[in-house]
Amino acid sequence: MMDESRVIGSLRAEFPDLTTDEFREQTRIVVPLEKLYAVLEFLKEQAALDYLIDVTCVDYLHYPTEKPDRFGLVYLLANSETNVRLTVRCYVGGPEPTVPSAVSLWEAANWLEREVWDLFGIRFTDHPDLRRIVLPEPFSAHPLRKDYPLQGRGERHNFPVVTRKEE
Amino acid sequence: MKPALILHPSSLILHPLFTMSAIVELPDNVVVSRLDKLVSWCRKNSLWPMPFATACCGIELMATGASRHDIARFGAEVFRFSPRQCDLMIVAGRVVMKMLPVLQRIWQQMLEPKWCISMGACASTGGVFDTYSVVQGIDRFMPVDIYVPGCPPRPEQLIQSLVDLQEKIQREGTARGKEFLAPSRLRPKRALQEKGFGDWGLGENDG
Repeated sequence: MMDESRVIGSLRAEFPDLTTDEFREQTRIVVPLEKLYAVLEFLKEQAALDYLIDVTCVDYLHYPTEKPDRFGLVYLLANSETNVRLTVRCYVGGPEPTVPSAVSLWEAANWLEREVWDLFGIRFTDHPDLRRIVLPEPFSAHPLRKDYPLQGRGERHNFPVVTRKEE
Repeated sequence: MKPALILHPSSLILHPLFTMSAIVELPDNVVVSRLDKLVSWCRKNSLWPMPFATACCGIELMATGASRHDIARFGAEVFRFSPRQCDLMIVAGRVVMKMLPVLQRIWQQMLEPKWCISMGACASTGGVFDTYSVVQGIDRFMPVDIYVPGCPPRPEQLIQSLVDLQEKIQREGTARGKEFLAPSRLRPKRALQEKGFGDWGLGENDG
């Protein structure tokens, strides 16, 4: 039976220079963007993490200090038989952050990546259907970015007024 | 219940006290009224609600329809989920910007005469959800007749709003719905329009 440390050990053997990160006795792997897809593929094919629980993102715009790679992308993986769980993180930034899509590994990534694209504006290359999933299609911003104003930029007021006269 | 039918001299059947020509003897079981009053009396006692329930106010709306509070006592128990069969829109809950075109479409599909109750803080003002996606009061974009405060309002409050709406229909209702075209009803709700941040419009009365 494989546990989390053995998965990390086998991953280290394949990718020697990976950094890890501890929080409340949970180990998270921090992957550079160039190796993200290779690591995910290894975890799926070799380490048998067959279940993609979530793909989500955190915008560390000014937290704790300003940094170029502001978006912390998070992949939560698991094995559906042994219950091994693993968190993979990848920091991306730039005006148009672009990340390889994981849909070819886990079908579940389809909608999850669409949600990250919708709310954070991170583009996933080779995604089969990268459209907005929550917000309406004409929406022009990515509102979970920390530099987006809480009350929006007038999207909630951009509607015609229906009166009784027009009907 | 107070009888809504009253004696009125301008009715089609001329009253014997007011004219000497064409005297009509009315039997005791005939009551004379104005057509507007009679039509409003019919309308107010058979309001068919369209439950546009999007949040926790919808639960209170369901409680209002259930046996303990029993909105059937006021003739409004016939909740219909087709706008073609309704004449009272009850917007119960927050309306987000993606939902507002749907709400307007359903409102336009309802047949005249129709009324709208904005139930709860969110439908009326956006409530605590002062965010990019939540419409800050549906009355910015569609007509509203009665506002119900509360988060969510208790069923008694919703029933009170229904009684108030019935009184309003009886008071100003006309058979042809001329009251809907009064300038006060067509005027946009300027008092609720958003000011620039930091400028709360103190000292100016937009009314």
